[in-house]
Amino acid sequence: MAIDIQPEKPQEDQRPGGGEPSGPRPADPWWKKPAVHTALAGAVVGYLIGHWLGDYLSSGYLQNALSDSNDVPIVLGYAFAVIGWLAGLGVFNDLGRQMLGLPVRSHEREASSGLARYFRYSLDHKVVGIQYLVGMIVYFLTGGLFAMAIRTELLSPSYHVLNASAYVEVVGEHGTMMMMMMTSVIVGPLGNYLVPLMIGSKRVAFPRIEALSFWITPCAYLILLSGLLFGGFPFGWTGYAPLSIQATEGADSYAVAFGLMGISVILAGFNLIVTIICHRAPGMRWSRLPVFVWSMLATSFLFVLAAPVLVGGMYMLITDRTFQTAFFVNTLGGSSYLYQNLFWFFGHPEVYILALPGFGIVSEILPVFCRKPLFGYRTLAAGMIGVTLLSFFVWQHHLFDSGINPDMRPLFMLTTELISIPTGFIFLVAMGTFWKAKIRFSVPMLFALGFYFNFLIGGISGVFLSDVPADTTEHGSFFVMAHFHYTIMGGLIFAFMGGLYYWLPKMMGIKLNQTLGKIQFWTMFVFFNSTFLPLFAAGMLGQPRRVFEYARNLETLNDWVSISAFLLGGSILLFLINFIWSTVIVREPETGNPWRSRGLEWQVPSPPPPGNFETVPVILSGPYEYGVKGAPPVADLNPPPGVLASAITGTGAAADTAATSSSEVGV
Amino acid sequence: MAAAADPADPADPADAAQDGRPEPRHGWRIFIIWLVAAAIADPLLWFVLGPHMPPGDMSTSASSQQFDMNVMTVMAAPVMLGVLVYGVYAMIVWRAREGDEEDGPPIHGNARIQVSWLAVTSALVLGLFVFGFYELAAPAGAGAGEGPSPIWTPGGQPLQVQVIAQQWEFTYRFPQFGGFETPQIELPVGQNVEFHVTSLDVIHSFWAYQLGVKADANPDVDNVAFTKPKQTGPFTVRCAELCGLWHGAMFDYGKVVSVAAFQTWAHSMRTHLAAVTRMLPAYALTYDPTLVPTINKALAKGGITGANGYYYPPNDPEQP
Repeated sequence: MAIDIQPEKPQEDQRPGGGEPSGPRPADPWWKKPAVHTALAGAVVGYLIGHWLGDYLSSGYLQNALSDSNDVPIVLGYAFAVIGWLAGLGVFNDLGRQMLGLPVRSHEREASSGLARYFRYSLDHKVVGIQYLVGMIVYFLTGGLFAMAIRTELLSPSYHVLNASAYVEVVGEHGTMMMMMMTSVIVGPLGNYLVPLMIGSKRVAFPRIEALSFWITPCAYLILLSGLLFGGFPFGWTGYAPLSIQATEGADSYAVAFGLMGISVILAGFNLIVTIICHRAPGMRWSRLPVFVWSMLATSFLFVLAAPVLVGGMYMLITDRTFQTAFFVNTLGGSSYLYQNLFWFFGHPEVYILALPGFGIVSEILPVFCRKPLFGYRTLAAGMIGVTLLSFFVWQHHLFDSGINPDMRPLFMLTTELISIPTGFIFLVAMGTFWKAKIRFSVPMLFALGFYFNFLIGGISGVFLSDVPADTTEHGSFFVMAHFHYTIMGGLIFAFMGGLYYWLPKMMGIKLNQTLGKIQFWTMFVFFNSTFLPLFAAGMLGQPRRVFEYARNLETLNDWVSISAFLLGGSILLFLINFIWSTVIVREPETGNPWRSRGLEWQVPSPPPPGNFETVPVILSGPYEYGVKGAPPVADLNPPPGVLASAITGTGAAADTAATSSSEVGV
Repeated sequence: MAAAADPADPADPADAAQDGRPEPRHGWRIFIIWLVAAAIADPLLWFVLGPHMPPGDMSTSASSQQFDMNVMTVMAAPVMLGVLVYGVYAMIVWRAREGDEEDGPPIHGNARIQVSWLAVTSALVLGLFVFGFYELAAPAGAGAGEGPSPIWTPGGQPLQVQVIAQQWEFTYRFPQFGGFETPQIELPVGQNVEFHVTSLDVIHSFWAYQLGVKADANPDVDNVAFTKPKQTGPFTVRCAELCGLWHGAMFDYGKVVSVAAFQTWAHSMRTHLAAVTRMLPAYALTYDPTLVPTINKALAKGGITGANGYYYPPNDPEQP
């Protein structure tokens, strides 16, 4: 295992090439240090350069194969804006300085404290975690506002508030915002923040890559929203060609933003995989890894293996739209099926990218509030690995009616149904953990229980969709829409909320208001179900997705859903109020271990000091040994030096001998 | 089903008394509650909800889908009830009492329960697969689009109907009646129908809701779907794949009529539209959209226009 076993000294200036010695540099005024404002300036300059370059290269002779617009300047503008944004943020500064043989300055930013560091390219995984957290909440609320607009329009069976074009724009923005930005909703904030703490590491493997993965997301977000300036895109979040090639300039924002987000998750996944494999503390065997870390590992593998296909697909879409290639234009020798295959080869694993982190969080919360060991730990880990593997073999169930490979449909029906076996393991584990437990209904536990209820409905409705004959009616209808909102909103977002209530004391040293939390849970749970349960019926009764007009006999159902959706929005607002109230206004400190958890992350003070652990801890037992008589504490945080030495030479008994030498470490 | 395999196994050794008082046999209690709940729910779902289950039984494919959904509903209900009954029971019986700071019993797993869970869920899933496979093959694809060369066909001489999707309407061609093309569709009852679905521009999806037919319309692709109407009456056709600005308004209505009425309708349309049919491209399984402007010109010259002045809308539709 590649572990730094020596206590890390504060970093000194690295001077590759032996740069000149210098005294302490005078501090720059804030506006000269690279941060968000310089990044924005860089993005504006970059866009202008890119747009000019595009006009210069392509004026007058290049046109989209199916529409009349010239998209080269816009795409190049976006590309250069991203580079300008990153340059303005100082991402390339250290690279340049190293190339010139100058001292690297990144640690200055790393060491800086206060609010300013959250607006900079910080290399501290805890800062990146908080940046991700705020970012993801903003993206989620933006997507949620679009959902409110959709439900407003659907109050009436014919169009009234939004016209046809505004409606498809809003649908596209809502879908893309949620499906593309929310891939990182748990991996970003909780994964980056907690994984090193949970595996006993002082750092992540690649801090620069991690920070870069975050700072790409605001670009993707702004570029996606900028599509509205060009009239949006009329093809939802799936972007099926040839419609996406025919569409006007707004489609470029979709392709560029989605591709960027793909790059971001590849980077994030790459960093987490290497961190989890190579940076575990001595004694953190695979059989002691917290299940949340298992879920992060599985998700990261999906990121790294699935997202490149998306990036490639988006790149081909962009070249179709700009340089007149015809990958996806049937009449010119391409294939619209190719796009559907590329998209769903990414898109279906993505659905599990949105499910696995939730499995991890609820399984992490459950033993703490049941005061029992996790039932069937190995089964759960195997289940998550099984889901990861199988998720690459199911994508064509999105194309059951498309006329592609009709004789393969039974195979994909089988793989789709098979994936419910490892998914079912999370219910086995939950039910086993409940057996004779001492269940405590704290807010995180409530959200976890809500997750299981919602995911049960989401999962079972998925079995209906896997059956080809039944899918013929359900495909493309509100049934599918309700199904994946149950797994994503009811699963992922409920788990995210539970994780926030559970870990925010750890991340910020501040407790969220529990009374408001309970009110938020109950309103969210009731209105979520009251919003999406009737949509199963609407879909079965023939309402297709993404339409602004529907049959008049479905009006009562849709009105009910819309009103519930507004109330659900109110519940999310309540979360925002609680979040701001607790973290900005009241700031009730919570530095200890409020949930009496055995998790390693709870054994250090909250918020964790820079570097997480004073010395690398030695892990002594698994994190879920509740009620086990004579179970050793989870870790020795101040192991004697000899233990570390024997751990690095690979003596398996290192952890066990350390158990006797440590007594002061509480559980 | 789920409850039979969950940890509520009556023989669980952890059932021993803990506080002097004999511990109730939780496993049996949960099992009995589940059995009663499932025994009530399933007949209700099958006999009360079942006959009304969408998409109804207006055609063979619709009734096969209805049957599938009913079978899956009565399979899913006990599974859901098993999890829910267990969960509610656990939350009531095993909630931590006030002031109880103890930990629960340290049970790490139970190999027998885990293996039987795996066995039961695998059996359910494989059973569903075999059932689904049979139900897909037996009724000739169950109304789903099967691509250009379908493997499951109803046999005989079905009525061929070509569905041409374009932004944002469907038109229908009847090759066995001289290839006339109309924006309306009528079908004869009791006769196999073979839909050939194609598109002139982007991807649409032909969804005849009451007939239980859904097939994507891809440009340059002939997507075949079969059905056999069993009752006369109207049905709805909607586009089920987002196809641009007016996707929400892309719907129309068709009729299933008696065979004689269909013959009359088809022959009268054939005569009525003879002049138009001559100008259309010859019947083919796919059409080249670049021909469309030429056809429009020819039609306009002949004084034949659709609602928006053309049979086919302009080649470059206005986009949002």
